[in-house]
Order: sequence, then C-alpha cells, then structure tokens
Amino acid sequence: MKILVTVKRVSDPEAKLKIKPDGSWIQTEGVKFVVNPFDEIAVEEALRIKEKQTGEVVVVSIGEKVVTEQMRAALAMGADRGIFVNYTGSYDSYDVANILQKVVEQEKPDIIILGKQAVDDDMGAAGFMLAELLGYPQAAFASKVEISDDKKKAKVTREIDGGLEVKEVELPCVITADLRLNTPRYASLPNIMKAKQKPVKEVTVDALGAAVKPRVTVKKLTEPPKRKGGVKVESVQDLVTKLKNEAKVI
Amino acid sequence: MDDRITPEARHFIEIISRFVQDECMPVEDAIEDTGRLPDPLVRTMKHLGLFGLRIPVVYGGSGMNLLDYCFALKELSKSHDAIRAIMSVNNGIGSMAIVNDGTEDQKAHYLPLLASGEYISAFALTEPGAGSDASAIATTAAKSPGGWVLNGMKHFITNAPIADIFTVIAVTDKEKRAKGGITAFIVEKGSKGLTIGNIHNTMGGKGWLQAEVIFDDCFVPDKNLVGSIGSGFKIAMKTLNEGRLSAAASAIGIGERLLSMGVEYAKLRKQFGKAIGEFEAIQWMLADSAMELYAADRMLADTAYRFDHGEDIRTQSSMTKLFATESAFKVADRMLQLHGGMGFMKETKVERMFRDIRAYRIFEGTSEIQRFMIARELLKN
Ligand SMILES: Cc1cc2nc3c(=O)[nH]c(=O)nc-3n(C[C@H](O)[C@H](O)[C@H](O)COP(=O)(O)OP(=O)(O)OC[C@H]3O[C@@H](n4cnc5c(N)ncnc54)[C@H](O)[C@@H]3O)c2cc1C
Repeated sequence: MKILVTVKRVSDPEAKLKIKPDGSWIQTEGVKFVVNPFDEIAVEEALRIKEKQTGEVVVVSIGEKVVTEQMRAALAMGADRGIFVNYTGSYDSYDVANILQKVVEQEKPDIIILGKQAVDDDMGAAGFMLAELLGYPQAAFASKVEISDDKKKAKVTREIDGGLEVKEVELPCVITADLRLNTPRYASLPNIMKAKQKPVKEVTVDALGAAVKPRVTVKKLTEPPKRKGGVKVESVQDLVTKLKNEAKVI
Repeated sequence: MDDRITPEARHFIEIISRFVQDECMPVEDAIEDTGRLPDPLVRTMKHLGLFGLRIPVVYGGSGMNLLDYCFALKELSKSHDAIRAIMSVNNGIGSMAIVNDGTEDQKAHYLPLLASGEYISAFALTEPGAGSDASAIATTAAKSPGGWVLNGMKHFITNAPIADIFTVIAVTDKEKRAKGGITAFIVEKGSKGLTIGNIHNTMGGKGWLQAEVIFDDCFVPDKNLVGSIGSGFKIAMKTLNEGRLSAAASAIGIGERLLSMGVEYAKLRKQFGKAIGEFEAIQWMLADSAMELYAADRMLADTAYRFDHGEDIRTQSSMTKLFATESAFKVADRMLQLHGGMGFMKETKVERMFRDIRAYRIFEGTSEIQRFMIARELLKN
C-alpha cells in the first residue's frame, strides 16, 4: 500500500505574529516554523496504516527550499521518502490541488492523506479540490480510518455536528485528517539521523506539467482592531447607569 | 540556540522541548509524590532514544557529540530531576568506562542494552571513607583463578537499587593505589556476593535513588575487567571529566525553568498596587539570574565544543561545573524569594527544584574540589 501525505510549512501556532509594514504578509524573521499540525496527524495516520499493512509513505511539500526542513521532520517520524516541489511564486488552494494531481498521477498512491486545513491561512480547501480533480472518492475530517482486509476500501469516521458519520470509500481515495484522529509520535534521535539519508526528489512545477495561476490573491493583511481597555465600576448603580447610557443595552 | 549545534540535534531538542511540556510537566507532581517515574513516560523516553544519546551508533546509540548532548540534556532537565537522572547515568558515568576503555566483547554485549534503556546502570566509586579523595578507596579486588574477588562497600551510589550493571572502581594494588593500583570492573546485578544495602533518605532527588553497595567475596570474571589492570583511576577521572559538563547542563536547564517561572510571577503578582516586577529589588533578582545563566550557558557550549575537538578541558570543565551549579543554586534561591510565601509551598514547584539543585554542588566533585583543581592547575609551574 502506497500512501501520499502532504506536509506544509507553517508558522508556529503559538508564535506571536506581526504583519509586515506594507501589509503584504507576516514578518517571518525570528518566527519559528513547524509542520502544519493537521499534516503531522496525517503523517502519523499514514505510518500507522503502513505499519499494519506494509507499504510506503511518501511525503510531498510545495514551496521554497526551506520547506524541506518540515519534510525532514516527517521523514524523521518514519515516512520513507519525499517529493519536494520547488516553487517560489504565490499560489492558492486550487494551484496546490493542481500540483498534487500531477504528483498523484506520477506516484499512483492508494491513499492520499492531507491535513484538513493548514493553520496559517485556514483555507481548508485543497483536499476537496484534489479529490474533485482526480475524480477520487473523498472522506474529509476523519477521526478514525480503517482499511478493509482486502485493501480495497477505507471506512472513515467523521465528526459532524451532533454525531458521528461513517463513510466507506473505495481506494484510491482522498482523506483529510481531523484533530482527534491520533496523537502524532515524537521523532526519535536515531530516526532523525536516518532521515538525513532518506531520498528526497526535487521537481519543478513545469516538469510536473502543472498549471499555476492563482485565482485568489492576498491584497492586504491587517491586524484585528485593538480592543479598548475596560473600566472598573464602583457600584451596581454605576454599572446600571453605564449599561443604560453608554452601552445602551438596557 | 548555539550555531555549532548540529541541525539534527536542534530538531531533536525541539522535540524534547515538546516532550517536556506535554508529557513530563503534567506528571512532575506525581513523580514527587510517588517517588516513581510512570511506566508510559519511561517507554516514551526509550522510544525517543534518550538512554543512548552518547553511545556510539554501531552499538545501538545515537553517538551524539558532547555539545549536542549537553544542550539536549539541558532541555530535558527542565522538568522533574528524576527524568534527567535515569537517562543521564546510562549516557554518562554508567556507560563511559565501557565506551572509552571496554573490550570489543564488553561493548557489543552491554552497550546496546544500555542504549535502549533495557539495562539501567550505576557507577560505584564513592565510599564511606573516600569521597572527595577518591584515591583513598578501600574496596579491594584480589586475583583468583579466572577472575577477581571484590570486598568492600560503596555508598551514595545512584540507581543502585535498580541497576543491572555497575562500573566498580576497586584497589588491586595497595602500594600503587592511584598510580596504577586501581582497576575498573563491570559487576552484574545478582552476582554472588553483591548486595544492595540501605537506600539513603535524601533532601531532594525524589524518584532517583542512592544506596549502599556491598561486596562480600563477590566474584567477577576476567572478561569483566575494564581497560587494563591499574588503569581504573584514570578511567574514573575521565568519566567524571565529562560528567561535570552534563551536571552543568542540567543545572542550567533547571535554572532557566526557574527564571521563566520567576518572570511570569513577577508580572502576575501585585502588591502595593503594582506588579512586583516593577520593584527594583525584584528586577535585580531577575537580571542577575539571567546574566549568570547566560554566562554559564556560554561556558558550557565553549567547553563542550573544545572537548569534541580533542582539547584537554579538565580545568574548563571544572570551571563550568562550578559556575553553573553555584549560579543555578543562587537562581533557585532568588526565585524562591521572589515567590514569597508561595515559593515555600509545594504547589509552586520552586521549593522542589530548590532542594533538587542543591545536590549539584556536591556530586561529580564538590564546589571546593573544583576550585582546588582549578587553582592547582594555575599554580602548577
Ligand atoms: C545525589 C548524589 C548522588 C551521588 N551519586 C554517586 C554515584 O552514582 N556514584 C558515586 O560513586 N558517588 C556518588 N555520589 C557521591 C559524591 O560524588 C560525593 O558525595 C562527593 O564526591 C563528595 O564526597 P563526600 O560526600 O565524601 O564528601 P567529603 O569528601 O567528605 O567532603 C566534605 C566537605 O569537605 C570538603 N573537602 C573535601 N576535601 C577538600 C579539599 N581538599 N579542599 C577543600 N575542601 C574539601 C568538601 O568539599 C565538602 O564540603 C553522589 C552524591 C550525591 C549527593
């Protein structure tokens, strides 16, 4: 069984981000970058499937050379090899889906697992678009994945409003990983060392034959408006007066 | 992070940092209460490869250099001291004699077991009559057919009650003593004539144990002699040389955790209508602590780096151990003071770290002995 997993480099969700003075993007100096947490869950799930079924886990990352740092982190968790799509321009979710489609056509994996969204722009669209482009069945927001004994189907549990939904999809398929799917393992030091030797194939968008023409562009980033500081009131009477006259809510 | 730390080690240190936050800190109080490390935690430690960081790759470890190791250890030391203690012995005093001077058979047999954490190790040098003056040990090893017979008693031996193997330093020639009359042996748990005596009751260091180790006609086969006959004192000193830097690394890690707790509390706690961090007296505590930890951190990086490049660092490692552990203790005292009454209460954890850090000024050579060695070197010619 071959499983393809996407790994995106994102700013650390814990980091305090600042916007560049011209509003074009966030300031990246001094910001720590990590594997998108949902992608980490996707990698873990792929590894667990592989451990049960045997096979290969291939990770794919798109972007500038620095994204290979996060790819190495996935390889250190146990993925077998990487595909680095070297692309320095801007792109949107649909471009990502287009690029991934070409990778899938070359690699022909049985399962493609993506994080349900990347925590930087929170678009959460690439998985759906990829399945559509490929014409594959899809099961998004997975909280449990079981592969049938004949390896032809996947039973995927999804958390939906008010309950659980269980979907059965035929392979090959696209799955996106939700938070509660698993707890990713720590990469051990021996595996970090081994990851250095694992093969990473570098390809360009042109060589893949993928068309990149962003339909969505970021015009400007702005910080949320600053909240005004509150005041302490001295008495209930004060509070009522303020609610009446200033806040005008009663 | 220091530029000289390898990219792989940086990656690993980030993982340790996550492990400490997510898995170690939540169980710190339980370790302190029960005096035990939870099994799942130890399992994850084994999975991470923590027991074999310094053991060569061919014997199942990761072969980290000393610089990388010290900074990984520093990060791991930010939680409960027992977590650091259990893995650092296998990476240091418990395996070092075999790594440096063991026979091929000894290495092939013991090192993989130590690297995986399947075996826990101990290093037995100190005796009731021989502490700072290690050359005064009285435990003897007498030649007998096929091996050696050990008699005597060690005390304060870390991990003794749970150790699978002991590196034991004993006298083989009473005339020569430190000048060729002391030899190192590997003694296995369950050897006839080996008993674990009293477990010491200690001020801090919950979750890691020291005990007496007693040899009563304990037979050790020839194949378990480490290095050559009479090389044991050198082996012990080499082991401690490196051990000093790991003691420094852990002390700095504990100090850094305490400082960050102090900074948080200084912002949070209000008296006289303002955060206590606005009082100069508190600011000085923080500033001095940050300064000392920074200096210790740089000494550690520099000394470990020199060691990795083959320099003789005996004096520097004494200076680093001395400065780092004395500073970390001062930091602990200040941060306890900064917390006021809360600092004395168990729930803030500061008092625990204060008690734990105290031992660092004693083991791996007391502060006085470090000063003595530094001065001896200065006055040599
Ligand atoms: C938590 C803990 C764990 C330990 N684990 C181990 C272990 O695993 N294996 C092991 O072999 N040992 C271990 N030890 C023992 C440790 O190495 C010794 O306690 C230490 O070397 C000091 O020896 P001592 O206790 O006999 O003190 P002493 O040597 O009796 O010292 C008493 C005092 O005299 C001072 N002093 C001694 N000589 C001089 C001098 N020449 N100049 C100035 N002052 C001097 C000392 O600094 C100290 O203040 C451990 C100790 C502790 C506390």
